[in-house]
Amino acid sequence: MGRSKRSPMAHTLATPARLRAQPGSSRLRPPQEIWQGLALPLLVFLLLPLAALLWRTELDQLWVHLADPIAAQAIRLSLQTTTTSTLLIVLLGTPVAYLLARREFPLRRVVDTLIDLPTVLPPAVAGLGLLMAFGRRGWLGAPLELFGIEIAFTSVAVVLAQVFIASPFYVRAAAGGFASIESELEQAASLDGASQWQVFRFITLPLVRMSLLSGLVMSWARALGDFGATIIFAGNFPGRTQTMPLAIYLGFELDLNVALALSVILIACAFVVLMVVKWLLGEGGD
Amino acid sequence: MKCFAVCACLLCLTLLSAGCAAIGEGRPTSELSQEVVVFAAASLTEAFTTVGASFEQSHPQSRVTFNFAGSQQLASQLDQGAQADLFASADQRQMEAAVSAGRIDPGAVVSFACNRLVVVASGQSAASLHGLAQPGVKVVIGAEVVPVGAYTLNFLAAAAADSSYGEAFRRGVLENVVSYEQNVRAVLSKVRLGEADAGIVYATDAQTAPDVIVLEIPAHLNQLAGYQIAPVRNGASSALAQQFVDLLGSPAGVELLTDAGFSVDCPVAAGRRLP
Repeated sequence: MGRSKRSPMAHTLATPARLRAQPGSSRLRPPQEIWQGLALPLLVFLLLPLAALLWRTELDQLWVHLADPIAAQAIRLSLQTTTTSTLLIVLLGTPVAYLLARREFPLRRVVDTLIDLPTVLPPAVAGLGLLMAFGRRGWLGAPLELFGIEIAFTSVAVVLAQVFIASPFYVRAAAGGFASIESELEQAASLDGASQWQVFRFITLPLVRMSLLSGLVMSWARALGDFGATIIFAGNFPGRTQTMPLAIYLGFELDLNVALALSVILIACAFVVLMVVKWLLGEGGD
Repeated sequence: MKCFAVCACLLCLTLLSAGCAAIGEGRPTSELSQEVVVFAAASLTEAFTTVGASFEQSHPQSRVTFNFAGSQQLASQLDQGAQADLFASADQRQMEAAVSAGRIDPGAVVSFACNRLVVVASGQSAASLHGLAQPGVKVVIGAEVVPVGAYTLNFLAAAAADSSYGEAFRRGVLENVVSYEQNVRAVLSKVRLGEADAGIVYATDAQTAPDVIVLEIPAHLNQLAGYQIAPVRNGASSALAQQFVDLLGSPAGVELLTDAGFSVDCPVAAGRRLP
């Protein structure tokens, strides 16, 4: 097993169209019907809860329930916090992705694994970890409090939780994009006299545009859906830390219809996001 | 090679979990064991765990399995058809929710204990109840849908009507609230961690946390949380479930409950109905 310079994991999250099976590549293909039959149970299982949720929602009343102050506050807060956290992820994540994809450095594999860790950690663990680090009695919480900065129970805590949970999705996709660029293109540009910045700005960035965008949308969606890290680290206060998932969780005893309406919005968001990602990668892939 | 390593790991995990399951059983699996599934309010965690252990000792062929969560969560789980033999709620409202969902026979509801509210504080932040309303104090309470949250709001309403506290106290406390937590244990954790300065929990919860300061709430303002238990309709082990309820009422059960901080001779609070 030779050490490859590029991450073998680079393509796991974003499978470009060209990796899909070519038609006619497998000669001994079992009958189509058998595969369809075998695929059906999981597809039905995945579809049922979503269908039931939509069925149970009074779609004509959707706007009425969404105008409910609790729902409206939660939607506004979710939009504000996820926008901020996605911006932070792009700003802080792009250098990490570039480094991982293009440079050899000590402990590269460790960093590579570290980046993936939040995607497999239970979000509750992330929440506890954030409390231990940024809580009032945590490592950084106490010094920060000296400067009058308090994080716990504020919208800042929500953003931190979202960045922690969602950044791997962006870094992974972006690293995949950077790794897939032919280095000859960049070398040619710099031979022609382009500065390093110009190479990055006019050659590299346009080539990875789609990967970055798809990573951005994926991490936004993940941030939008976070529950565990947020409720543990940021608590639950309407308008300040009660995002849509929290409002669904605590709202479903109070008013099931509001919880259902918020759920429909989240499903719609997730669906649109995934469609956009697939479209972006389809555009940029081949 | 890689495939082999992964398979070996999976095999180890399987064996390990089988081993854990065997340890968890704690008794020969050849015996026919009957399971009692108890859905119980989060604040009953310590008390019911010991009651459960005592029940298993006196009923060697049985096993008690608990699902501890906020009463409102348990009630809606029952509403959605969750299988259980017993439901123990921290307030009447959630028991009524389970009754109106058709899972509980209203005639079978038994009040077995009650609990009072206390203020827990971390460090030297709040020395008296009035401190809760001082600006800058971070307070966490239960969300309104959680029984402890409803009781907390009742307490604040009673304090607002009381001359020595008044409406300013109620408003001050509510302005200090930084989070409405999803169950009483989350309130306690936030105070123990020092994230919040003070919180309002049940006396029994405060007893499990030696590291917090406990402030009593005057009896005339305090809210008594009445705990009710009832067998779930069509439970798999209804006879055993009834024996569990009987144990709670027996001298041994009463001792376990009072050790955990509950009181059993509760005056009938307003709006509370004995079966």
